[in-house]
Amino acid sequence: MTKPPMITARGLEKTYRTGEVAVQALRGVDLEIGEGEFVAIVGPSGSGKSTLFHILGGLTPPSKGAVTIAGTELGSISDSGRTELRKKTVGFVFQKYNLLPTLTARENIEIARDIAGRKGPLPPETEAIIQLLGLSQRMDHKPRAMSGGEQQRVAIARAIVNHPAILLADEPTGNLDTENSTIVLGLLRELNHRFGQTILMITHNPEAAAYADRIVTMRDGRVV
Amino acid sequence: MKKSWGRRGLASVFLRSQGSQPRPQDFFTLSRLYPTISLINKLVLENLKHRWLRTALSILAISISVTMVLTLVGLSHGVLRDQASRTTRIGADILVRPPGSSLLSFDMAMPAGVLKKVEEQPHVVSASGVLIQGTGLFASITGIDLPSFNRLSGGFRFLSGRAFQKTDDLIIDQFYADQHKLHVGDVVQVANRPWHVCGIVEPGMLARMFVQLSVLQELYSSPNKLSIIYVKLDDHGRTNAEVEAFKAVLKDYQIYSMEEYTSLFTENSVPLLKQFTVVIIALGVLVGFLFVFLSMYTAVLERTREIGILKALGASPMYVLNVLIRETLMLALAGSIVGILLSFATQWVIKTTSPGGLIQAIVPDWWPIATAIALGGSLLGAIYPGFKAARQDAIEALAYD
Repeated sequence: MTKPPMITARGLEKTYRTGEVAVQALRGVDLEIGEGEFVAIVGPSGSGKSTLFHILGGLTPPSKGAVTIAGTELGSISDSGRTELRKKTVGFVFQKYNLLPTLTARENIEIARDIAGRKGPLPPETEAIIQLLGLSQRMDHKPRAMSGGEQQRVAIARAIVNHPAILLADEPTGNLDTENSTIVLGLLRELNHRFGQTILMITHNPEAAAYADRIVTMRDGRVV
Repeated sequence: MKKSWGRRGLASVFLRSQGSQPRPQDFFTLSRLYPTISLINKLVLENLKHRWLRTALSILAISISVTMVLTLVGLSHGVLRDQASRTTRIGADILVRPPGSSLLSFDMAMPAGVLKKVEEQPHVVSASGVLIQGTGLFASITGIDLPSFNRLSGGFRFLSGRAFQKTDDLIIDQFYADQHKLHVGDVVQVANRPWHVCGIVEPGMLARMFVQLSVLQELYSSPNKLSIIYVKLDDHGRTNAEVEAFKAVLKDYQIYSMEEYTSLFTENSVPLLKQFTVVIIALGVLVGFLFVFLSMYTAVLERTREIGILKALGASPMYVLNVLIRETLMLALAGSIVGILLSFATQWVIKTTSPGGLIQAIVPDWWPIATAIALGGSLLGAIYPGFKAARQDAIEALAYD
């Protein structure tokens, strides 16, 4: 029996209004991503990549169309439903790492569990992931004492600590040098190949996109 | 072949791939090592530490409002208790005051002939009249007839010096002497004229500065005038009956038993004191509200991106609000503790610098009330910034630099 896709988008549209001006960021996106796929979305600025990222991450609702993530229909759910989606189904990795500056690396990971209602220390399996990410010796450091590559690896650990159905990465190497970019992309690929983590990565960088199993190109709010 | 970790616990798959399984004792050991402080409290504490200057200013502002309340309450308690205590120590059973006089004001005076009438009453063992004149804010000088006062009260206990001999002699109590660094033989300017300190007495009876009654009457052009008459009876048990008898003889005069008189030394008996206290409390709430409002408002603006991060991680509006409320509570509690400590400092300052009549008591009963006032004001101040944070759009917050 065929598994249902992890992500399905049909006729997805999104219109932003700034004052009286309406900007159509997505103009009918159709997309299907299977469980365990590593997909890169590429396209020029303004092509709608980030808007798609925000909708799939439950950060904003679509204006039109249907999108389903891990069996949850996003078009019909409320704000609190999207909050639950971010808590349990989706993990984010951002270009700017977005770690909480006042907490240590360990606490940055733990707070994602805390928000998801899981209290207590990190379980051994997460400690094992931290080891895989090469962070074991850096867990008590705050972000300002870490390199960009280390911060991004902490962000990856934080994104997967609640075992999300899908990992969304927005330009994860955009702020990194070549060496750290290679490490981070290698780790994403490792997570995908070894554990079947579904990953959707947005990038401008063709070299980064080459790490994915499949590349989806967007232009003018559409998949081309 | 890929091992799917999907929604089934990715790291358990990883651990299996590493040939190790989590053992129950691992969880036990880690749980014991895990710090007891909850992560949300840690986040709040770290936020407060991170913006230490704003935190310090907020705590200071809240503490000032707490200190304001505690100082005012301490002053009213201190002055009234001290007044009651010093009156009680005289040992009188009944007091006679002029018609229309108020509790803490001695502007009204009565003719010395009233003393004669009082002394003629049956069961009166001794009676002594005093004249009290204000010499400044919360300061007064008391004229006494030393022989009759000694008969009534048993006399002062002199720590140094002697009783009155000359018309410019002044007796002061130890408290006043310490506060003004005075010794026997010193000359002190009171009521626009110099006085020689002739004796220093144990504090706690009637007043802090004493001169001869006739001298004070002459100085203030109040010959044969008295502010209060203290009366001692042959039988204390007859006090209430004698109060009624005095009222029959001295119509319109204010006649009190000592118990009744000292029981009047409460905030409710002093005109406008209660209203003044309410105004100070309202100011305290307002100060707490304004500072916490500004502090939390700037905190929310500064932390827009961090709030966006929390929201991206799935934090609900209540979770974000919870962080802000805990931060506010910590500020208010710290401000209250500092405010309570500062009230000891204001007590010391008042004791050191103010006239002898001003005494600030430490009133622990009011600590929880002042803390509640600070918490109330602070929480009111946190409401708008808290809801602003809770309602923040995650995408806009994450784009904020």
